[in-house]
Amino acid sequence: MNITSPDFKENARIALKDVGLQKALGNVKTGFPHKRATAMERLPEFDQLRDEARDLKNHIIEHLDLYLEAFEAKVLENGGHVHWCRTSEEAQKTILKICQEKNAKTVTKGKSMVTEEINLNEYLEANGVTPVETDLGEYILQLRGEHPSHIIAPAIHLNLEDVSETFHSHHHKPKSMDPAVLMQEAREELRNKFVAADVGITGANFLVAETGSSIIVTNEGNGDLTQILPKTHIVVTSIEKVVPTLEDMTLFLRLLARSATGQEFTVYNTLSTGPRQEGDQDGPEDYHVVLVDNGRSEMIASELREMLRCIRCAACMNHCPVYGAVGGHSYGWVYPGPMGSVLTPQMIGIEKGALLPNASTFCGKCESVCPVRIPLPKLMRYWRRNEFEKHLTPKTSRWGLGIWGFFAKRPALYRQLSKLSNATLRALSRKQARISKLPLARGWTEHRDMPAPSGKTFMQLWADKQQGQNKPQSEHYS
Amino acid sequence: MSKAEILGQIRRGLGRTGATETARNAVSARLEAKQANLIPARAQLPEKACQQLFIEMASEAAADVIELKNIKLLPKAIATWLAEQDIHELVSAEDGPLSDICKQLPDTLHIRKGVAQAGDLASLTTAFLGIAETGTLMLYSRPDSPTTLNFLPDNHLVVLNRQDIVGVYEEAWAKVRGLNQGKMPRTVNMITGPSRSADIEQKLQMGAHGPRRLAIFLIG
Repeated sequence: MNITSPDFKENARIALKDVGLQKALGNVKTGFPHKRATAMERLPEFDQLRDEARDLKNHIIEHLDLYLEAFEAKVLENGGHVHWCRTSEEAQKTILKICQEKNAKTVTKGKSMVTEEINLNEYLEANGVTPVETDLGEYILQLRGEHPSHIIAPAIHLNLEDVSETFHSHHHKPKSMDPAVLMQEAREELRNKFVAADVGITGANFLVAETGSSIIVTNEGNGDLTQILPKTHIVVTSIEKVVPTLEDMTLFLRLLARSATGQEFTVYNTLSTGPRQEGDQDGPEDYHVVLVDNGRSEMIASELREMLRCIRCAACMNHCPVYGAVGGHSYGWVYPGPMGSVLTPQMIGIEKGALLPNASTFCGKCESVCPVRIPLPKLMRYWRRNEFEKHLTPKTSRWGLGIWGFFAKRPALYRQLSKLSNATLRALSRKQARISKLPLARGWTEHRDMPAPSGKTFMQLWADKQQGQNKPQSEHYS
Repeated sequence: MSKAEILGQIRRGLGRTGATETARNAVSARLEAKQANLIPARAQLPEKACQQLFIEMASEAAADVIELKNIKLLPKAIATWLAEQDIHELVSAEDGPLSDICKQLPDTLHIRKGVAQAGDLASLTTAFLGIAETGTLMLYSRPDSPTTLNFLPDNHLVVLNRQDIVGVYEEAWAKVRGLNQGKMPRTVNMITGPSRSADIEQKLQMGAHGPRRLAIFLIG
């Protein structure tokens, strides 16, 4: 996948002018946050569960080596295989080797962001194995040659017209604008592919150390058809997904669907434990788990450790004003939104990913909705600091910060300057509440108005208040 | 090789060279105890109220719930449900009462046993448990109940005994551990309503890749 994170500013500029994208993004803002809020209201213990989930994840990370070893031992005991991969390349090669050993021509795939992260589809295709995405959103994107713009609703950047057009040109059927008809077309197209596939690849939402099971959570049932029909099931997932017991998995399941789609529970929650057992008439004959590290183990030593708690629910991006304005593709790599702004610099390097943690107003909404209470703004600030220390921050920003620092350290001067800029902005606003054009700040005023200062500065108001308090109070009580 | 490097990196990050005794004990204690975390009050109810909650939650998830006083009424209820959908074939699991039930279905119905094939219109299975908390069915794979029956056909008919409804997942796990001397079945399916997707413009459509309809025949 082509990384365009260094072009975030340009990507965002284009996205803001893309009428279709802006229409589609409207569906994010009105849909998910409302549904999550309703689900939360229905479960009075929701916030307590979040505290427990945070603490449990911290416990898991502190013992990650041991839980992974326990998980592996159980998988082996059940007759499955575990492959440890440090990098994307290792994971790609491991998966291809399994496919080749099975003489696989086609591979069906359930939705998996880790396979996006390791760029699996391109690699398999280049080596003569055809991957078939089966999640409806992923299927649409594969036909269009695009990548997901959201971690749980991959095609959220598209409108009905786009899907209609894509299906019409690939399915050779009359064009339809009925979503039900379009879904039916995909169902029919994919049915035979499910049956014909030699290998099925899914992700995992969690790995259970107690039993050596992987679990997938889907609404469509595509993940299940992917893992029960082919002879070989490969689970591609990452090392932080392990949880101790079924009870612990349950804690996270109670939070996942509610935080993600606002559902009480996702339609299909499926535990897979090893290959087909004696007498079973269906199910895979081989069960492989590919554990991908890709920089995660390094995060443990740094402030980013808390990011390893992430359960990939997407609540942070669903509630993010920046994501809502520019969409997922602007972020330029696999993981968008606030969680992506923390993960991407770790995985592609801060040199390429520096703009992402800067694309935030630190409004804090992401942290306030995170089911495992990851302090996302704090972690974005970690990257900003890292960027500054590495002298990657653009000169103009460094100068700006330097000038601001000069005044901030001289309070009297600072106060004079803020009074002056306050008066200037008010003059520019021509007594309106908002400023529609501001010299040197077109980036701001092109897409929204700048609020004009409404009166005195904070320091002036504070001084007035202090003075007022010192006056005799009789008039207040008369 | 990679395993050692990954585990080594994790341990370096955690500031220890190997697995300390304390860490090992903490992990084995947690794996042994299988302790419940906070359980929401919602489904910690008396038996009858629990069963009612299951019906409400399953219906909310768009499952058809058909309540039957006893199992004798089941063959007729299945026949009626299939006739209403104009379906004349059924592929069935073979566990529990199902073989007997199938014998009592009308001759006009074409019945097959075993795994499901692409194109099958309806399947019949039993459910291991119902979970009231979210209106979820729990099924598991075994020789006489293949998993393809739960996913490939257009309609999934499930028989659930009223006394097999539990309140919360924690109760279900205790029962799963009681199967086959603690060995997990190859797959455990938790199913809450029929298949769906909102991948086109976030508008919910029913019947994506799994069954378009889920009918629960609740006995007792």
